[in-house]
Amino acid sequence: MLGTERPLVQARGWGWRHAGRRQWAVRDLDLVVHAGERVLLLGASGAGKSTLLAALAGLLRAPESGDEEGSLLVDGSPAIETTGRAGIVFQDPSSSLVMGRVGDEVAFGLENQAVPAPEIWPRVQRALDAVGLGYPLHHQTDRLSGGEQQRLAIADVVAAGPLLWLLDEPTANLDPPGTALVLETLHELLGRGADTLVLVEHKVSPVLELVDRVVVLGAGSGVMADGSPEKVFSRHSKALRAAGVWVPGPPPPRLAPPRAPGHPVLEAESVAVRYPGTGAPAVSGADATAFSGQVLAITGHNGSGKSTLALVLSSLLTPSAGNVRFLAGGPPVPYTKWPARDLVRWVGTVFQEPEHQFVASSVEDELLVGPRRTGVAEGAGRRKAAELMERLHLGPLAKANPFTLSGGEKRRLSVATALATEPVFLVLDEPTFGQDASTWGELVALLGEQRDAGSAVVCVTHDEQLVATLADREARMSGGRLATAGVVAALAS
Amino acid sequence: MRPARALSVTASLAGTRLGGFNPAAKLAAAALVIAGLIASASVVSASVVLICELGALPLAGVSLRPLAARTWPLPLGAAGVAVANLVASDAGPTTIVAISLRLLAIALPGVLVFASTEAVDLADSLVQQLHVPARFAYGALAGLRLLPLLGLEWHLIRRARRARGIDAGGSPWKAAALFFSAVYALLVAAVRRATRLAMAMDSRGFASRLPRTAARRQKVHAADWALVLATALVVATANALAVLTGTWHALLG
Repeated sequence: MLGTERPLVQARGWGWRHAGRRQWAVRDLDLVVHAGERVLLLGASGAGKSTLLAALAGLLRAPESGDEEGSLLVDGSPAIETTGRAGIVFQDPSSSLVMGRVGDEVAFGLENQAVPAPEIWPRVQRALDAVGLGYPLHHQTDRLSGGEQQRLAIADVVAAGPLLWLLDEPTANLDPPGTALVLETLHELLGRGADTLVLVEHKVSPVLELVDRVVVLGAGSGVMADGSPEKVFSRHSKALRAAGVWVPGPPPPRLAPPRAPGHPVLEAESVAVRYPGTGAPAVSGADATAFSGQVLAITGHNGSGKSTLALVLSSLLTPSAGNVRFLAGGPPVPYTKWPARDLVRWVGTVFQEPEHQFVASSVEDELLVGPRRTGVAEGAGRRKAAELMERLHLGPLAKANPFTLSGGEKRRLSVATALATEPVFLVLDEPTFGQDASTWGELVALLGEQRDAGSAVVCVTHDEQLVATLADREARMSGGRLATAGVVAALAS
Repeated sequence: MRPARALSVTASLAGTRLGGFNPAAKLAAAALVIAGLIASASVVSASVVLICELGALPLAGVSLRPLAARTWPLPLGAAGVAVANLVASDAGPTTIVAISLRLLAIALPGVLVFASTEAVDLADSLVQQLHVPARFAYGALAGLRLLPLLGLEWHLIRRARRARGIDAGGSPWKAAALFFSAVYALLVAAVRRATRLAMAMDSRGFASRLPRTAARRQKVHAADWALVLATALVVATANALAVLTGTWHALLG
């Protein structure tokens, strides 16, 4: 414990239930955080970590946005009266940046604090320098990469000089270079002063150096474990693993040795995609073949064109040039012109954001959409749905609305919908993105099963662990160009 | 996902002399033109205003050619209105010409205001000069930033439906049903994004009732007053001429 003993956060029997929910997101929480402490907040998906952070930022007002019990004090006052004094960085910068220009963005918070106008711009500049964002003040925020946008969000917090830093999975939406940039920035900033920090992050190892205390929340049951990182991870590592936390340790072992390719299922030749009104093509001259019984990983940084290529491979985007042929069946028309009912029969697509592919009002109906569209008998469709729900632990949620599921549940459902029609070709865009360790393990196992059953699987991903554990071949993409697929680098060495 | 680049509403004339005027002053001038021409249809008043507008363009540093490239639908629309009236109503040709000219004279300043003003300057000026609540002005400004994201979201929603096996299969009824279900999904997504953005704004003290300061001062110069006064003068003169020549008559809408 560093610095003074002033209690900055005091929760006594605190609980919060979001409006319209039956379950409490957080309950019976007793927690004191002193000034100068750096706390890593862990817990299973749905344990209420983000809820606690939002409450500490003074963003949860009862009774408008939910029910509250007990008390939550920030610097001695009820949290809701301290709105704006804590600085919070959210997961998705695209919906948390307010202004169109870098300088205006940082100035926004200072204007709200009624900082005298002549002091605003020097403070803006100091904050931008502190996070190493070397753009002019009028640079457009939507021209920044994801990692740079998060650094800008951190500059917002730096400029405001907050009482308390709250970071809600600040790297979850970023690729490895973006993640490295943000972590480096946080290291630099927090290395200087005795700021108080509460950080939520799934992947523990990269942030361990930032914290001196780990608090584990149980779902609706208050604090499960509390103490120094060494103590918590040595005593509770089993429970933490069960809760889906990425506990520091050796990476998961490879699922199976790499498979030899079966027959070609899909062939893409010299594919190019140019979005209207943009300069460089998003994809150019890409060749790729997907073989049955193999997992092909397409890797590369954000903006390298890999998501665009995935859309082409799943016949959701017609390329500006080149050919895509489906070789394992399907109707006698060009692949890009397939009717949707044929597409869902042969090709399973999983989007990066699961919510985008939900079209029904219950989990079970969601799983019946594909079978019904392809003319599968109702009974057979229901059996398949039941089997998938059982396999992916979605059974108790059969009647739940897909949009009300937790992040991990949504991800599992989105994969299940793609499998419901037993397609021979699967395209997944960042399937493990932002997932806790349990869901991650289940997805990897499930995709391995599909491969072993003879499906061709393409994963677009920047999850190096997924590539090492599951992929048979890897093709890197960079600046719209796709390198020839080779044996996964981790295996070749 | 690809980052959204340009905003669909670009202030392409922001770099001109017109861009240097105070946004509230420009809005006031455009409002004066609307107020002065909305009530009547007169060839005289409409043409006087339109001639003065076109004559003022070089003074404002706006050259005609790029402006025409941007605003060509305007004269086309005005011509369309004229033809429609000629065919469908019993109004005389003079009235029809007057209506078309009036449309042009009213629309041109509106286009110029938005083409020459950065959205953020407009929001600043609305708050500082016209005392529009900051919550409204900056809330709308931040919402505007979400528009290109919603465009991306729209494409995603349409593609996701195809991936799930849902398409119209050539039936216009199904196409309509599909369109409305996608619009609904887009609305849900928009509300969700807007909620997150509102939370981010509140977390930075935007909700507090305390007075804010302004990092960007939108000043009102003598030239801004001159713009408003000159516009008032032109509109008044135009209407006076219309009355004198007996061409002024009341018209609603």
